[in-house]
Amino acid sequence: MAIVKPRVDAVIVGMGWTGAIMAKELTDAGLRVVALERGPDRDTQPDFAYPRVVDELEGSIHRKFLQSLAKETVTARHGIKDTAVPYRQMGSFKPGTGVGGAGTHWSGCHFRALREDFNLRSNLRQRYGAKFIPEDMTIADFPVTYDELEPHFDHFEYVCGTSGKAGVLNGAKIPGGNPFEASRSREFPLPPNRNYLGAELFYKAAREMGYSAYPIPASNASAAYVNPYGCQMGPCNFCGFCSDYGCLNYSKASPNVSILPVLRLRKEFELRAHAQVLKVNLDDAGGRATGVTYLDADGKETEQPADLVLLCAFSLFNVHLMLLSGIGKPYDPVAGTGTVGRNYSYQNLNRVTLFFDDSVQANGFIGIGGGGATFDDLNGNQLDNAKAGFIGGGVIWARQPGSGPIRGITTAPGVPNWGSAWKQGVKDAFRHSFYYEVQGACMSYRANYLDLDPTYRDAFGRPLLRMTFDWNDNEIRASQFLVGKALDMCKVLNPKALSGDAKKTGEHYNITRYQSTHTCGGAIMGADPKTSALNRYLQSWDVPNVFAPGANAFPQNNGYNPTGMVGALTYWAAKAIREQYLKSPGALIRT
Amino acid sequence: MSDDQAPSASRRQLFKSLGLVPIAVVGLTACTREADKPADVSPVPGEYKPTFFTAAEWAFIQAACDQLIPADNIGPSALQAGVPEFIDRHMQTPYASGDIWYMQGPFIEAAPQFGYQGRLPVRDILRVGIKGIDAHCAKQFSGKCFAQLEHKDQEALLKSAEAGKLELENISAREFFNQLLSETRMGYFCDPKHGGNKNMSAWKMIGYPGMRADYTNWVEIRDQPYPLPPVDLAGKRG
Repeated sequence: MAIVKPRVDAVIVGMGWTGAIMAKELTDAGLRVVALERGPDRDTQPDFAYPRVVDELEGSIHRKFLQSLAKETVTARHGIKDTAVPYRQMGSFKPGTGVGGAGTHWSGCHFRALREDFNLRSNLRQRYGAKFIPEDMTIADFPVTYDELEPHFDHFEYVCGTSGKAGVLNGAKIPGGNPFEASRSREFPLPPNRNYLGAELFYKAAREMGYSAYPIPASNASAAYVNPYGCQMGPCNFCGFCSDYGCLNYSKASPNVSILPVLRLRKEFELRAHAQVLKVNLDDAGGRATGVTYLDADGKETEQPADLVLLCAFSLFNVHLMLLSGIGKPYDPVAGTGTVGRNYSYQNLNRVTLFFDDSVQANGFIGIGGGGATFDDLNGNQLDNAKAGFIGGGVIWARQPGSGPIRGITTAPGVPNWGSAWKQGVKDAFRHSFYYEVQGACMSYRANYLDLDPTYRDAFGRPLLRMTFDWNDNEIRASQFLVGKALDMCKVLNPKALSGDAKKTGEHYNITRYQSTHTCGGAIMGADPKTSALNRYLQSWDVPNVFAPGANAFPQNNGYNPTGMVGALTYWAAKAIREQYLKSPGALIRT
Repeated sequence: MSDDQAPSASRRQLFKSLGLVPIAVVGLTACTREADKPADVSPVPGEYKPTFFTAAEWAFIQAACDQLIPADNIGPSALQAGVPEFIDRHMQTPYASGDIWYMQGPFIEAAPQFGYQGRLPVRDILRVGIKGIDAHCAKQFSGKCFAQLEHKDQEALLKSAEAGKLELENISAREFFNQLLSETRMGYFCDPKHGGNKNMSAWKMIGYPGMRADYTNWVEIRDQPYPLPPVDLAGKRG
């Protein structure tokens, strides 16, 4: 018999960025909130304290701060006729776990989407005609506009102490920022971070190529900062342990640093760590959630009744919970019906490495996750998609989150993997090379989707989520085009050697190689309940007291990192809950 | 490849450092069934005694590590850096027994893009692989095990494992090789607290400042190399 806890106003599944934002906003509104986090509780002290946190073997090999695949993972396959196999060892993407979630081990790149990213499909139709979009490409407009989200982008940047430079401020272009960005209502809360060598040279090369480089908006504080909640940050010291690690220095914005210090003091808020949510419980008619069932730290099945259920897990696991709980109709790629699992997309990441002689001090061990430089000349409407031959742009950037030798030292082309020549190769490369990356958009397609695996189960006996995903020609062309541009740009800098990894025609998705944790879609927001799982307020069309904020809501992925957009969408949804839903609980959009 | 230039003296040096001289003696113990007992190959006080690997496995690990990261004038060898000790200790961590891997079946074959799909955790990949290579050697080289082969034969074998050209019993040679190489590199570059990278010697070779984790004053300096030596997790300076 399950333990039944006293009813609360809202239960939150997952305590990463979206969970922390929701908890803050809903307790602000006076709701009693319980948050259930599958992993341990974590905070800067003691979990990210120096020196233990910078143990590279524990952080990047034992993946101390990431999800254990032994408990939950996905299965993967390339096509709908293939048999999926488990994602057994972590490679392509790295979901987090514990309080703070992926918001503790992210890098800090904090972009807003471009105005035209919001209406991708209609914008393409207008620019090139309806036939330009391939029949199996299921891209869609976001059911929300940039202007609606602007106050939320702005607020989230101020919560995070984002360091950057505005390019367009209240409609006026100002030098130093991104001239192609949608207008901001305020300057960034902090100025840009200082440039390491790779970023400094990026500006030089971009200038020579005619690109308008600007500082990557980074939620790695460039100076001491106090956010609107009174939470404090210290200036980033370029420690070089950003991606994969919690910040030792209160410099990288995270739920733990930027929101939880306030939440932890609130009587209306209760956080339960080691609480593994198994499913959302629905009433007999299936149209209303009654709460969730979870395993407590000791493994006892526990029911938490709640009026409102907020799915704030990592994007993939939000979709998983919806499928397991029967929230919405599972997507069927053959019939093209159903909504949950549809429009899974990813990120088209590619890297080029520049090698110099020992007079060039690149010092890749100096690192700051989000700091660096990029440009938007090949992104959004700046790119002529007809001429370039693909849909969706991307950015090229200099980034240096910090490279320790266990995380891998990229050696120059021709260097073997072992022996004395390898030793010489790593010695030559370690201090004297750096990389630039191409981060391309990834479109959604009819056959790229998520559902439940028929064979494999997780540690709790539930079917694993099954990912059906492969690269399409469009993304391969994008990779080749953008990597080509990046290589052209690198040549300006006269490296002694250069390597690049554009995807090859016909290449299949390789889940063993880390690319990006930007797994998107699967429970997308949309204007039509036939083709989307969530409405424009991230509310389930089918079970209106369930909201599912996260990158799962993206109908496709643009060329930027998702966190800025995820935060803004969550504040937007929270506002709708506070101002509309609580007054009249039910569907916020009538169908 | 510069491996070819490795003088045979370094090989003698290796066996001396392993306490395996003369070769004929170790050959006899390391390749018989007797050798499945826990290793007892380091009579010199203060030398690391393996607690995971058997004598035969330990002989393999040392010989293979010496091939992968050999002694030369570029930097420390794997043996000088204590890589075998790291691997022996690392095999006894939850990581090596599959703690963060999904280990449930069914185990079916899949394209290489989906990664290792077998049912062995890292420590058993190494064990099964070592056994497979030694069995292969015994057949091809009249009863000798890997550690007893000539330098050039060891190198050729590892190359063919890396290329996936070697057929082994129970394990893909390439999978085994990749795990072995990955463990060897980890042991070379890890914090010394894990048993490898003795005296931070591998960090010194590449100029890694180790666990300093504060470069506030060096972000914008271009005209001189970073000047400070490494520091480890225990606060020791290299």
